[in-house]
Amino acid sequence: MASAPSSTSGIHLPDTARDLVKILVAGPFGVGKTTLIDSVSEIRPLHTEEHLTQASEQVDDLDGVREKATTTVAIDFGRISLPGGVVLYLFGTPGQERFRSLWDDIAYGALGALVLVDSRRIDASFDVLGLVEETGLPYAVAFNAFPDAPRHHTPEQLRAALDLEPGTPMVTCDARDANSSLDALLALVEHLIDRDPPENR
Amino acid sequence: MTGRPGGRPLVPAYLSTGGVARPSRPHLERLSVLTGSGEPAPEDLTAAQLALLDVLEDGSLTVVEAAALLRLPVSAVRVLTAALLDRGLVLARAPIPTADRFEPDLLKRVADGLRALKH
Ligand SMILES: Nc1nc2c(ncn2[C@@H]2O[C@H](COP(=O)(O)OP(=O)(O)O)[C@@H](O)[C@H]2O)c(=O)[nH]1
Ligand SMILES: [Mg+2]
Repeated sequence: MASAPSSTSGIHLPDTARDLVKILVAGPFGVGKTTLIDSVSEIRPLHTEEHLTQASEQVDDLDGVREKATTTVAIDFGRISLPGGVVLYLFGTPGQERFRSLWDDIAYGALGALVLVDSRRIDASFDVLGLVEETGLPYAVAFNAFPDAPRHHTPEQLRAALDLEPGTPMVTCDARDANSSLDALLALVEHLIDRDPPENR
Repeated sequence: MTGRPGGRPLVPAYLSTGGVARPSRPHLERLSVLTGSGEPAPEDLTAAQLALLDVLEDGSLTVVEAAALLRLPVSAVRVLTAALLDRGLVLARAPIPTADRFEPDLLKRVADGLRALKH
């Protein structure tokens, strides 16, 4: 039978995979989410096509799906197998209010979020930051370094413009560069470690 | 279905679940790990159920990976999985063993692992 796309090789989980964790890579369209995920993922970039209304609790029969599922959104994800049986998944998540139920579904059980900001259009990330905060996910902010980004902003100005807490990490990154993407992820994970004692998580 | 153009889903999402849009088990996460049980597939499985079993033939996959390979929304794969779980054809386990969810050094292992990948 015509089944799944032919190349499934390399996608199955290693036998050593034990603890599967996820981090959201969140931000507006065009900010570099897919680029960052691809730069560090061990599997070829994958995505799911999600029907926005289907993630919602109200859909409970077929008619409902047919009627309401008019919009789809592609959600990219990538995977990094770490030593010691930990497998880290990164989910590229657009943050707009209309994605809310999908957002909640993806965020369920996540360690935290790396919020990407394009410093040429900071306000495009306001919605995402609002969603992350509402969801209660701990997060770090990564300014993705586009060549024509304005350089005259000080970190203090950027922090104020985004209305970030003093403790929220802010880093710059080049999403095309694996090391730079790893550093941004590390800033988030180190923040999670420092943030509060494990019993509060 | 005939005349399916290449690259399109095997089954339209709204048909793939056989009319059930909500899984009977709520606890399947995107990262729940699915493994085929190795039982022979009964003849009455739907094409979409068979396709899911098929991608699990070579090893385990998370729910979201199976959805990406089958080009189905995660919600549809949850429904398919629930049916196969009920028939003992697929096994599912939570992303993190329950006892380890709040293991204090999990984050540290993530950080160490990321550092080790840098070059
Ligand atoms: N110069 C530069 N370009 C980038 C960077 N990150 C992404 N881009 C480019 O910006 C565009 C949008 O990136 P993409 O990852 O698709 O954004 P997404 O919509 O958030 O997934 C692509 O053409 C990327 O090549 C970066 O760090 N530096
Ligand atoms: Mg993208």
